[in-house]
Amino acid sequence: MAQNGQTTGTAGSAVDAAPASPSPAPEVGSTTRQGLRLIRELVRLHPLPFVVAVTGAALYAAATVGSTIVLGRLTDDVIFPTFEDGEIPSDALGWGVAAVAAMTFLRVTGVVTRRYFAGMTSERNQRTLRRRLGGQYLSLPLSWHQRTPAGQLLAHADNDTEMSTELLHPLPFSLGVVFLAVFSAGSLLVIDVWLALVAFLIFPALTLLNRVYSRRIEGPAAAVQASVGHVSTIAHESFDGALIVKTLGRAEAEGRRFDGAAQRLRRHRVTVGYVRAFFEVIMEALPNLGIVVVVVFGTYRIGAGAISRGDLVQVAALFTVLALPMRVLGFFLEMVPPSVVSRRRLETVFRQPVPPQPDPPTPLPAGPLSVALRGVTFRYPTVDPAALSADHGAVTAGIAAPIVTGAGPAEAPPVVLRRVDLTIEPGEVVALVGSTGSGKSTLCSLVSGLIPPSSGAIEVGGVPLSAVAEPERAAAVALVFQESFLFADTLRANVELGPAPGPPAGPLAEPIDLGDLERAASIAHVDEFIERLPAGWDTLVGERGVTLSGGQRQRVALARALVRQPRLLILDDATSAVDPRIELRILEALRATKSTTTLIVAQRVSTIALADRVLYLAGGRIAASGTHAELLADPGYRALAEAYEVAGR
Amino acid sequence: MTIDELSGGARPGDPGDPDRLTPGGPPGLDAAGTGEARPPVDPLAVDDDDELEVPAKATVVLRRGLAASPELRRGLLATALLGLTVAVGRLTVPVIIQQALDRPTRADGSPDTSFVVVAAAIALAVILTSAVLGWFTQRRLVVRAEEAIANLRTRAFDHIHRLSVADHNETKRGVLVARVTSDAEALARFAQWGLFSWTVNPALILGIAGVMAVYSWQLTLVVLAAYLPVVPLMSWIQKRQLAAYDNLRTRVAEMLSAFSEAVMGAAVIRAYGTQGRTSAGLERAITRRYRARMVANRYMAMVFVVGDLFGAVALASALAVGLWQREAWGLEAGSLVACLFLATMLNGPIADLAETMDQTQTATAGWRKILDLLDRPIDVVEPVDGHHLDPGPIGFEAVGVGFAYRHGDPVLHDVSIHIPPGTKVAVVGATGSGKTTFAKLLCRLADPVSGRIELNGVDLRSVDPDSRHRSVRMVPQDGFLFDDTVAGNVLAGRVRSGGGPALAGVPTPHSPADPGSWSGDGDDGRVRAAFAALGLGWWVDRLPNGLDTQVGERGENLSVGERQLVALARAQLADPGLLVLDEATSAVDPETDQALTTALRRLAEGRTLVSVAHRLSTAEAADLVLVFEAGRLVEHGPHRELVARGGVYTGLHRAWIGNTRRGGGGQAA
Repeated sequence: MAQNGQTTGTAGSAVDAAPASPSPAPEVGSTTRQGLRLIRELVRLHPLPFVVAVTGAALYAAATVGSTIVLGRLTDDVIFPTFEDGEIPSDALGWGVAAVAAMTFLRVTGVVTRRYFAGMTSERNQRTLRRRLGGQYLSLPLSWHQRTPAGQLLAHADNDTEMSTELLHPLPFSLGVVFLAVFSAGSLLVIDVWLALVAFLIFPALTLLNRVYSRRIEGPAAAVQASVGHVSTIAHESFDGALIVKTLGRAEAEGRRFDGAAQRLRRHRVTVGYVRAFFEVIMEALPNLGIVVVVVFGTYRIGAGAISRGDLVQVAALFTVLALPMRVLGFFLEMVPPSVVSRRRLETVFRQPVPPQPDPPTPLPAGPLSVALRGVTFRYPTVDPAALSADHGAVTAGIAAPIVTGAGPAEAPPVVLRRVDLTIEPGEVVALVGSTGSGKSTLCSLVSGLIPPSSGAIEVGGVPLSAVAEPERAAAVALVFQESFLFADTLRANVELGPAPGPPAGPLAEPIDLGDLERAASIAHVDEFIERLPAGWDTLVGERGVTLSGGQRQRVALARALVRQPRLLILDDATSAVDPRIELRILEALRATKSTTTLIVAQRVSTIALADRVLYLAGGRIAASGTHAELLADPGYRALAEAYEVAGR
Repeated sequence: MTIDELSGGARPGDPGDPDRLTPGGPPGLDAAGTGEARPPVDPLAVDDDDELEVPAKATVVLRRGLAASPELRRGLLATALLGLTVAVGRLTVPVIIQQALDRPTRADGSPDTSFVVVAAAIALAVILTSAVLGWFTQRRLVVRAEEAIANLRTRAFDHIHRLSVADHNETKRGVLVARVTSDAEALARFAQWGLFSWTVNPALILGIAGVMAVYSWQLTLVVLAAYLPVVPLMSWIQKRQLAAYDNLRTRVAEMLSAFSEAVMGAAVIRAYGTQGRTSAGLERAITRRYRARMVANRYMAMVFVVGDLFGAVALASALAVGLWQREAWGLEAGSLVACLFLATMLNGPIADLAETMDQTQTATAGWRKILDLLDRPIDVVEPVDGHHLDPGPIGFEAVGVGFAYRHGDPVLHDVSIHIPPGTKVAVVGATGSGKTTFAKLLCRLADPVSGRIELNGVDLRSVDPDSRHRSVRMVPQDGFLFDDTVAGNVLAGRVRSGGGPALAGVPTPHSPADPGSWSGDGDDGRVRAAFAALGLGWWVDRLPNGLDTQVGERGENLSVGERQLVALARAQLADPGLLVLDEATSAVDPETDQALTTALRRLAEGRTLVSVAHRLSTAEAADLVLVFEAGRLVEHGPHRELVARGGVYTGLHRAWIGNTRRGGGGQAA
């Protein structure tokens, strides 16, 4: 993404968002039409708070018009008579004050109701959208996660969700002010048709102004968004590499780079500020100018005997009230495009099909499971570069990502595995050996059922993987990665991976036997360092907890697999960061438990030597199979083994 | 007569309903940090602000802030005067209109049209003048404020890079990023929306009260007294609102971590079928965020009507008291109407200020955090007119070196060692033994708290920074690369030559100015030569785009080992006399490993090399091994000697050898 680093904005930026959709939404109708559809959908999901909010807005509108009438009457019926007659017309005064109080109360109630329930409508919709997003994130296949940047998915859950319901905030008010417009226009017409016509002239003026403003502000505002993203990208990168910046003495150069971005942002912000200042000033002046016109014209109408003084006062008041609907409506219209764009981004997730579950599923046999691959080919799904560049916060999903250096020219998706055939007997310990990029990790992910092969068949325990129900597959097959994700939770929770406290989860919720936990902990050699932690098993890991070393993390991940007593255990370079001494003990202990079939990706000769059989993976195929000693006859394997020998030291 | 809404007409929007229409700044987007110019989400940076949100004392922050930003002080008085003029304009327009409406009623029924026309003309002039002045003021404010913010941002950024590695280790990265992004953004948002309001509205309130006092000072007091409860009530609501927003921020961070668990842990979740667990966590986090937001909404709905509510009280009491006391206070109908009208006008600025209030709170909080950062002392102070190191291998000596992080226990105790130039040193020890810290001190990434380090007999603290950057090179183990090309990353290691100005025209990565100059013939040739000198020409040739291959964010397109290759080439280009290498702990594939070994051997020729070693082979090949344990240098000497000694190193060695040799012999358990 560095090539277009200048133009790449933030994840939430509406401008960059559109091209990022991997499968563009069917663009039916204009943005406005899509906005209307979006509103219909959102309102239908949570109609009740919406209706209450609109009612509040209507109440406000009615009370506002009511107030102008009350005050006009107070002037005519109370204040002037008091001074003219020398006596307070107490009846009228009482009514007047009561009416002022009532109108204020209604107005305030209307505002509070509308604001609160408009917020509720928007928030409930956000809740619904987030639930759906979460559901999709958990149900969509791993391959989808691998080609979608994590930063983008988080932006969906945060900014996009927020933005896509944002137009619900001004919506009730906009509908409410329609009442306001009707009320006030009506009462204007009742008072004097000519005066009303003069007053209505302001509508086209405001509409025009609004439109010009929206158009003028759009570009600079987008530029601000992009610059903010750029500033933040530089700060992230620069502080991330603080050590390098220091050792290279690049602090000054980095400062200049950042200042460049900060000054660019400043210039864009100033441009936006200028545009806003201009329009704000006109927006403020326009109703005032209108009132001046109305007053002058109205005075002539009084002279002509067409209206009374009180009428003119009321007209002036109504007139100012009328200026409001226009601005609210304009504001609402401004909110539509960003909301629609954000929603479109969410749709790219919602539209992804969830893979079907086998029906009925075939059960796996008991005991250690065999593995059979027949003609398995795997090629990477094409990665949409736009999807990757859309978010600079992208975090690669970790496993099986293509490596640039080995991949060659990026036209066709590279083939990783080519018609691989292999069988592993139940209970066998097999080492998988191959140079970087030979497809070891991919093979592990395929055998554990995390990703489907492009073609060919994979059977575990004699059952095609696609026919095994996911919970059963997860219970029987355990894959341990080189870099396993640890949840921000206690060590115990990270190993048990039981249901989170709270609502009970599905069939996997059976509690893990304490003995199992201890056994797994001792095999994986986590007990020794956990005992030394003050909070022991209840120590929190993750950002706010203890930071574990790479080797410790790997051991925790291993314990997590062992505690489930898998019948097929796949270790994808899972002990590479563990102290070699401990690694050896772990592997020997694993070897002693005969209840599982084991597939180990290994880079240390000591590990390889533990296996019953070695599979040598080269050029996307199984190039040789046999014991370590037998395979040494293969020159490629021999070179690799020697390299491991050297590297291991 | 009086017109409630006339006051509203005098200003955009509506005082009674401050969903005030701020185009681009949607209502409901406020202190929760969901504003329009929100920086992108960093899942790890969300919640790292663990300081509790203590409402900043605005005046203190303002004083400190003004002191820190001279741009703001310049022309402050003129801006304030302009704001006052605009306020006067806003005030006079409705008064003129009200007069125009009022006057004809006195002329025995026949309207005084000529007066109305004159009044209208004056109003017109005032409207236009105040519009022009307002426009001018706002532009001035924006320019000044943005200038100040941009400079503050850059200064904070520079300051962060000047902080020592110890400071960086102690502060979460997200917090540092937040200082130059979201905190500065809060200030900028305030500059766009709130600053003008604070310039004009207080003046407007004072002005209204002043004019009202001309009509009747007694009524003015009545009105002001009626508004008085607004102050404590608002501050109560503000306090609750702030707490609600604080809670919301925590809940949002929680929700994002729940989502990030579902995303980052996608593989583990599928491998172990634990969707239920994550799903339950998500549901809980989403619901809690919803509840927190609804609590915050309660105050948001409330805060805007307080002014309106008390405006009505003020109006009613002014009306009642005015009619009742009209004779005692010598009131006429016209002055009473004028006062009532002015009382309703107060509504506008008060509501406006209320709306700006929470933005102001967020802005001051952010401002204070930036100022606090700038106040953080810089530990590593570069010398003026420092000593320049000669080219060639560098010998060094540590004299009683001790080190401790600011808020932590000592990590190094009294380390003393002399290393002659050209020595290959391996530093070994368990995790946390202090070996990496020792290496960092050699590069002056932090200064020792006791003792000193000398390079070629010169205290490291008095070595010129540029000379140091050129002569001492560290290759850190994380192998961080800039999101640039391979060539760009290698060239990033160039240091400006002896005391001269910074290399003009060296574009920083990302610089739009001239990306081509990275791959100019001369530079390209030098980079190629650097790789070739290390025997890495083949590696470059294998890259999809050669030297122009993009390495990706943090260099993630390359493997850890490959990133170190680039770092070595970078060091080669700089030709340092002392090379400090932090060996990668994570597995490097054998091919790259061999390349690394060769490259390092060639690079180290004719230089002093200090390797923080994780491997036996590195220690074996070294002239001298330093063994660290619990922050002390416990053993040092050649590998053979130390193995034979039967101490700490012997144990380490046994562990190493136990694994590899045994495996090599094909011995299974």
